Amino acid sequence: MTEPVSISLTVNGATHDLVVAPRKTLADVLREDLGLTGTHVGCEHGVCGACTILIDGAPARACLTYAVQMEGHELTTIEAVAKSGELTPLQRALTQVHGLQCGFCTPGIVLTFEVWLRDNPDPDEAGVREALSGNICRCTGYQNIVKAVLAAAAEMRRGAGA
Amino acid sequence: MKPASFTYHRPGCLDDALGLMATLGVTAKPLAGGQSLGPMMNMRLARPEHVVDLNDLLELDFVRVTDAVVEIGALTRHHRVATDPEIARALPLLAKAAQSIGHYAIRQRGTLGGSLVHADPAAQYALVAITLDAEVVIRSARTTRVVPAVDFVQSIMTVDLAPDELVTAVRFRRLAPAEGWGFEMFSRRHGDFALVSVALTLRRDGHGAISNLRLGVGGVGPVPERLAVVERDACRLAADVGTIAVLARQAADNVTPEDDPQVPANYRRELVEAVTARALTAAVLKTESPS
Ligand SMILES: Cc1cc2nc3c(=O)[nH]c(=O)nc-3n(C[C@H](O)[C@H](O)[C@H](O)COP(=O)(O)OP(=O)(O)OC[C@H]3O[C@@H](n4cnc5c(N)ncnc54)[C@H](O)[C@@H]3O)c2cc1C
Ligand code: FES
Ligand code: FES
Repeated sequence: MTEPVSISLTVNGATHDLVVAPRKTLADVLREDLGLTGTHVGCEHGVCGACTILIDGAPARACLTYAVQMEGHELTTIEAVAKSGELTPLQRALTQVHGLQCGFCTPGIVLTFEVWLRDNPDPDEAGVREALSGNICRCTGYQNIVKAVLAAAAEMRRGAGA
Repeated sequence: MKPASFTYHRPGCLDDALGLMATLGVTAKPLAGGQSLGPMMNMRLARPEHVVDLNDLLELDFVRVTDAVVEIGALTRHHRVATDPEIARALPLLAKAAQSIGHYAIRQRGTLGGSLVHADPAAQYALVAITLDAEVVIRSARTTRVVPAVDFVQSIMTVDLAPDELVTAVRFRRLAPAEGWGFEMFSRRHGDFALVSVALTLRRDGHGAISNLRLGVGGVGPVPERLAVVERDACRLAADVGTIAVLARQAADNVTPEDDPQVPANYRRELVEAVTARALTAAVLKTESPS
């Protein structure tokens, strides 16, 4: 029925047993039921990218996904990107070149580009700008986000080569 | 901006999904990538009583390439269509079109079947399917039928599909090695739906002239259109800059976009000319014999 159903969700490696209404989006369940408020909610129709998380390692909009769908899938949110408190090269670059101001858009950008940079290890600026079209930022004017992604790519290539 | 209540169903195979669709009928909506249905439900433009999740139907996520046909399962994600090496070889026009759909994260979830059924007038897949005379494979618990894409897409967000039916695959004609192709579009920002998009294929005859032009235009009417007059008149014209200009102009003369306060009809018509010229140029260059 439309009544709440029992599900188990695997988020950042931990399994949670929950009772949720089918209509509840994954973004709302992450934030309200699991307290993982790093996943932000802007537009709720797929355009702004703030709610982007990883489903089985692929970026996806948590506002266009229902939590009930996610049983049996591995979810990753911004809370699990830094490993034991250590930022990734992309997160470091964003802080170093002033790639965020209020930070509302940042979790979605980090999760999108952690995966995108694996697909595109040696990107040019046009490629980064095209990929960034899926994430709206009201503060930075994008310049420094583009710079940060390019810097992170260079850093990751050095890391891989070393 | 939250969806209305619904009952959730998660069939594990196609037969179970078809059984559910037969029982639930008009009260149910199948859910594929959710990249169009999700926004519609959040905005309450759609309020299905039942949602039938197709995401476990792995048998609908496939790419099969034969000598003549590229058959792609309805649940195949845009990202796979955009990056699959077999599609890149057999149907690069479709790969390029898929690469331009929305954004990276949208392409990870959105599916071929979902896009065709949603039938946005500016959608890439409907344009390519109509341009290449693709066929849509449809199943229900009752029967299987195969419908030409041009008949399947009937109007804005309206397709030839009964409430108990699911799209299971799309069959595209594969491009011949000697066939040139072009896919070009114009949108104001990356990832927006196109204001105008053009897909085309052509061949060259023994004298290097154009033959077998197929030309489709999206964004200028309720559904993507083939421009039959231009296709016919292109035959046997020299494949040069002058011909490209003439055909592009003719394409613009043969569309009737609606006036819209933000996008005047004339502007869209001029875009048709520019985008067609770019697509024709790309296709002609691909058919130049290396000398
Ligand atoms: C920000 C954003 C930008 C976008 N930009 C573009 C763009 O530039 N070009 C473009 O073409 N699209 C764009 N889209 C839409 C996207 O391509 C969707 O993925 C697509 O339109 C629907 O596919 P889906 O798998 O997500 O289907 P869903 O949203 O799950 O479903 C769409 C419709 O199809 C029905 N349906 C789904 N699968 C089947 C099936 N197998 N059989 C029968 N019915 C079915 C559903 O019931 C629903 O009515 C964009 C979306 C977003 C959010
Ligand atoms: S809140 Fe999900 S994309 Fe904007
Ligand atoms: S830093 Fe404020 S929205 Fe991007």
